Amino acid sequence: MNFFTLGKTLLSTSLFVFLSFPVHCAHAETAEERGLAIFMEADKRDEGFGDYTANMTMTLKNKQGKESTRRIRSKTLEVQGDGDKSLSIFDTPRDVKGTAFLSFSHKKGDDEQWLYLPALKRVKRINSRNKSGSFMGSEFAYEDIASQEVEKYTYRFLREEEYNEKPCYVVESYPVDKKNSGYTKRISWLDTDEYRLLKVEFYDRKKSLLKTLSIHEYQQYLDRYWRADRMSMLNHQTGKSTTLSWDNYSFRTGLTDKDFNSTSLKRVR
Amino acid sequence: MSARLRPKTLHTVAIIVPVLLFLLADNGLSLEVNGEVSVQGLIFLENGAWPHQANQVLSGAGRIQLFHELQENLHLSLEAFQRIDSEDTERSHGDLRLAEAIYFTDAMEIHVGIGRVFWGATEFVHLVDIINQTDQVEAIDGEEKLGQPMLHLTVPRDWGVVEAFVLPWFRERPFPGENGRFRTPLPVSTEQATYESAAGQHHTDLAIRYSTILGNADIGLYYFNGTARNPVLLLSQSTGLSPFLFPYYEQIGQTGLDLQMTAGNWLLKAESYYRTGQSRSYAATTFGFEYTLVGIADSMMDLGLIGEYVYDDRDDGWLPSIYQNDIMGGLRLAVNDMDDSSILLGIIHDLPHGSTMLAVEASRRLGDSVRINLDASFFFDMDKMDPAASLSRDDSIQLELIWYW
Repeated sequence: MNFFTLGKTLLSTSLFVFLSFPVHCAHAETAEERGLAIFMEADKRDEGFGDYTANMTMTLKNKQGKESTRRIRSKTLEVQGDGDKSLSIFDTPRDVKGTAFLSFSHKKGDDEQWLYLPALKRVKRINSRNKSGSFMGSEFAYEDIASQEVEKYTYRFLREEEYNEKPCYVVESYPVDKKNSGYTKRISWLDTDEYRLLKVEFYDRKKSLLKTLSIHEYQQYLDRYWRADRMSMLNHQTGKSTTLSWDNYSFRTGLTDKDFNSTSLKRVR
Repeated sequence: MSARLRPKTLHTVAIIVPVLLFLLADNGLSLEVNGEVSVQGLIFLENGAWPHQANQVLSGAGRIQLFHELQENLHLSLEAFQRIDSEDTERSHGDLRLAEAIYFTDAMEIHVGIGRVFWGATEFVHLVDIINQTDQVEAIDGEEKLGQPMLHLTVPRDWGVVEAFVLPWFRERPFPGENGRFRTPLPVSTEQATYESAAGQHHTDLAIRYSTILGNADIGLYYFNGTARNPVLLLSQSTGLSPFLFPYYEQIGQTGLDLQMTAGNWLLKAESYYRTGQSRSYAATTFGFEYTLVGIADSMMDLGLIGEYVYDDRDDGWLPSIYQNDIMGGLRLAVNDMDDSSILLGIIHDLPHGSTMLAVEASRRLGDSVRINLDASFFFDMDKMDPAASLSRDDSIQLELIWYW
């Protein structure tokens, strides 16, 4: 439920306009190398944000158009040399108000995750390998909202093409943890100017198209970091969809490791 | 201060709370108020085993939670609870669950007032959770707790978290009254409670705990010294009075350990304690696993499989415990729909006696702020030697509606 890391790496960025150069000119670069280079560049452009907080509204919609919303506040801390730490606090639905999810993502090995249940004042460890499970009944799986560390996938460059009137790189990626992922592959569209993720298609274990994620309304923060205001995940097999809308992004708020431990987890509001 | 909030105390709370609210609101300070109101209908499938026990119970409860941030690092928190039960006067009860000030810096955190602390890891039996008294009339699963007056210091360090507790007042365990179900053959007279310590309810209990994360494991280790939360029930047979049970609270020392860890796709959990002071020292332990099948039958549903075991070395019959040598199994189905529907099926089987308890809990949201819970419990082959035998005729179905505001 690392919403913000979804913000962070899925949706990467830059202000160095000239940087597509190293990706293009390498000689005898394989499609795999080029795909990896694109994602490494996207990751690199998002380095150094420090920390940020934001609010999210998640709207679930079924085939008949019935809607249900959840309000979630989130805090993310960049960790040098490893995946981010993040904390998500649920404000609604009211029966889960105050429930909090703490996640330490790792470049290598399993992420660490805990759930805080306010009625019992109980901290429960969660197994992060259940990554293909639905997050809060939404069309987002845990692995979609977890920190998208470059190391968690292998890549293959497909082509360049226009998407939404922007020139894009189209890259396939395959989960390293094939056993627990719900996907055989993802196809991602990143714009060539800013390396922002604009669209992702997810293919299920039977290799058929399962979901499409579209990412809209990017805003730039601190003159460098791009974050989207809206993302929609459509499940082609069930007709259900989930939209995430963000507001109140605030960068470098002074968060530290101490805001992401079991003691602070028990006093979240 | 009385052990349990009597109506008079509640009236006082009922007056103070709105006044406080008003004063805070008037000063333009931020005050967060929320709560819940619920109704419960409970039907028993058989007449009770003991005289005067009701077959149908209707009850209602309310909870109010106030939170105020006085400063960024100074929070005030209050939670009051009241239930009114149509049959059991002991279950009609109120409690100040929380009334505390929390002050924290990067180096430490202090809670002063009435607080709630949970220790433990397993799903079925909560062995090591000892700071707060169990609210036995509110729920038989032991997960409802009374507010505990405390001074609680937390020092988080890179190598772990050290916590110290001073508990200056003891909360007595509530027991169902004569008309209540899920009770002992004779009712427990809480008014007649006696204590090993001459200080009685005023005995100051102490606890210290160390907890840390080691690799994939969360580990906690504590020592508690003070009044046992679970009393020994003694029989009173004075001439001219009908016999009754009364609680006797002993002084104990308890060393406890809790562990939860991931191992591949498994979650492993364990709790153990060693207790001295109740005539002979003894140990108890519970451990088990949780394994989740994600997206079963090509759907969004997750199925959690839970297996646990509990052992208490008072197995020799001395001071019997309900959970002395039991095996537990659970299935937890999360539908992952808009209404967060879930079904939990749990079985507890007593190995030496063969008694079996089955519980089903189904729950879903109705709209945005109402939840409906359907719970059923059944008791099979309850052996007369099993301390849980007194529940043998308490098969029941309960429907509950909770409105969150």
